[in-house]
Amino acid sequence: MPLGYYPGCSGEGSGIEYKMSTEKTAEMLGIELKELEDWNCCGATSAHNTKQLLALALPARNLAIAEQMELKTVLAPCAACFSRHRAAEIKAREDEALRSKIEGIIDMEFKASSHTISVLEWLAQDVGIEKIKEKVKKPLKGMKAACYYGCLLVRPQEYTGFDDNEDPQSMDKIVQATGAQAVDWAYKTECCGAALATSRPEIGAKMIYEVIENAREAGAECIVTACPLCMLNLDMRQAGAEKQYGVSLNMPVYYLTELLALAGGYSQEEVGIPRHFVEAGLYLNTLPAKAAQMEAEEAAKQAKAGKKGAAKAADSEEDTEAKQKKIEAMIKGFQKNPDKMALRLIKDEERAKILAEIVVSDEKKINKLAELMVSDQEKASKAAEAYVNGELKKREK
Amino acid sequence: MKQSLKLAGPSAAEKEFISRIEEAAETDIKLCYQCGKCTAGCPAAFAMDSPPRQIIRYLQLGLVEEVMGAESIWICATCETCSARCPRGVDIASLMDACRREALAAGKIRDKKVAVFNEAFLNGVKNFGRTYEAGLLLQHNLKTMQPFKDAELGLPMMKRGKVSILPDRIKGRDQVKKIFQRIETMGRE
Repeated sequence: MPLGYYPGCSGEGSGIEYKMSTEKTAEMLGIELKELEDWNCCGATSAHNTKQLLALALPARNLAIAEQMELKTVLAPCAACFSRHRAAEIKAREDEALRSKIEGIIDMEFKASSHTISVLEWLAQDVGIEKIKEKVKKPLKGMKAACYYGCLLVRPQEYTGFDDNEDPQSMDKIVQATGAQAVDWAYKTECCGAALATSRPEIGAKMIYEVIENAREAGAECIVTACPLCMLNLDMRQAGAEKQYGVSLNMPVYYLTELLALAGGYSQEEVGIPRHFVEAGLYLNTLPAKAAQMEAEEAAKQAKAGKKGAAKAADSEEDTEAKQKKIEAMIKGFQKNPDKMALRLIKDEERAKILAEIVVSDEKKINKLAELMVSDQEKASKAAEAYVNGELKKREK
Repeated sequence: MKQSLKLAGPSAAEKEFISRIEEAAETDIKLCYQCGKCTAGCPAAFAMDSPPRQIIRYLQLGLVEEVMGAESIWICATCETCSARCPRGVDIASLMDACRREALAAGKIRDKKVAVFNEAFLNGVKNFGRTYEAGLLLQHNLKTMQPFKDAELGLPMMKRGKVSILPDRIKGRDQVKKIFQRIETMGRE
């Protein structure tokens, strides 16, 4: 069954790479995307800032189209489009009066029966990490990525119902499936400033700067996003943030789908990398060398560990040898000077003398005591006492 | 903001305003015990005149003028962090959203740029059925009297194939226009 597909307005403009790479990712996974016929804009933030009903009715028309096309699930890659459609379907499902009111406004049958999903849910849940791993032809080993979820992919939880809204992991797992490293960082669900970057650039620039700076401090060499507005701010407006703070950030930003399609073997041109504002191709080109270096380091580490292991085995051989020598020395001691040796085991002189008398004629007992004295002095003393007690009993008889 | 001290409780009109906001946001402002977690986590609080906790307090006290006049409601980016973290389950982000709509309906807009942007955005959707980014930015710049804002990004965007020359018009644009018209006749909703 094909997957419903709502590319959203930015797919034709500022977020063109997202559209290109989402379609390539679906192709790689063997999933047919069926675009909603004649879809309209979801209204985004402007609609819910203006009129509540408008913010529900605009997505509802698209959902009604999905129902007509018998599409149960609709993929909305843009985080805002996803959030608006999910909100409309949930509100209409929960409120029958509202649902029928919306039907009147859009003048279409609307059952609120279809399900809108984000790219993260699609990949982490519906497709699954194992399937993604199977499709990786060119691993992104060597990449250190900060997975940036932003706001609407994880909040409000009543709408998303997926992943943790403070420390989400789905994107990290997808990125790791490509062979890249996902760093731990604090700003994964902070806001990029959204429309503030356009309406109030000085405020937006601070928010953009802080996200990028936190990623850099955490050791990330790039940021990964699944939202075209986050991309617009972090990529296109990065230069503005650099100017405001007098710094050079040079942080490449990628769409999650770009990384997947690249790992699946598509070229940088095919997924839209040359269209980025912050140079993003060069970093990708450095990955094979970084991966080779990592592999060399891993091999060296393993070799070292192997050597250490061998050394440890040798050590224990040496140990047994040394132990044996000590035992032999003890035995010689008993043979040469039994009284002195006996006193090392029993403090009482009388009883020590008896022990010396016993061992002189008993090689087995000497061996036993010598061995015990090397490994455990206390046990050796106890054994010696037992020998003396036994001898005393024998003598009584 | 008024300098005089208001001793009387909220007027009938103010009470009505507050219950309208609560209904629209589907939340109860009385639940808030002013812990300040919303403000602590707000990524835009640094730029606000009255941070989120204070906006809720104004609402609790019926100080409608203070809320309508706050720049904060236009700075809120609707990131939803406050609502996600509120230990009392107050949906602060939806309250901010409801306040913006009220201010817009009452013509009391502290940050005209945001309102102009929204209007231009929705005009595009109403006429074409989809957002026309290039036209939107141009219209926004002209209406806010900043013709060269982001001009340095225009050419690079075109070079990268990120600007479509013509708006994307959908076949059902009349249907979309009718959606706008039907809602306009419904008043405040």
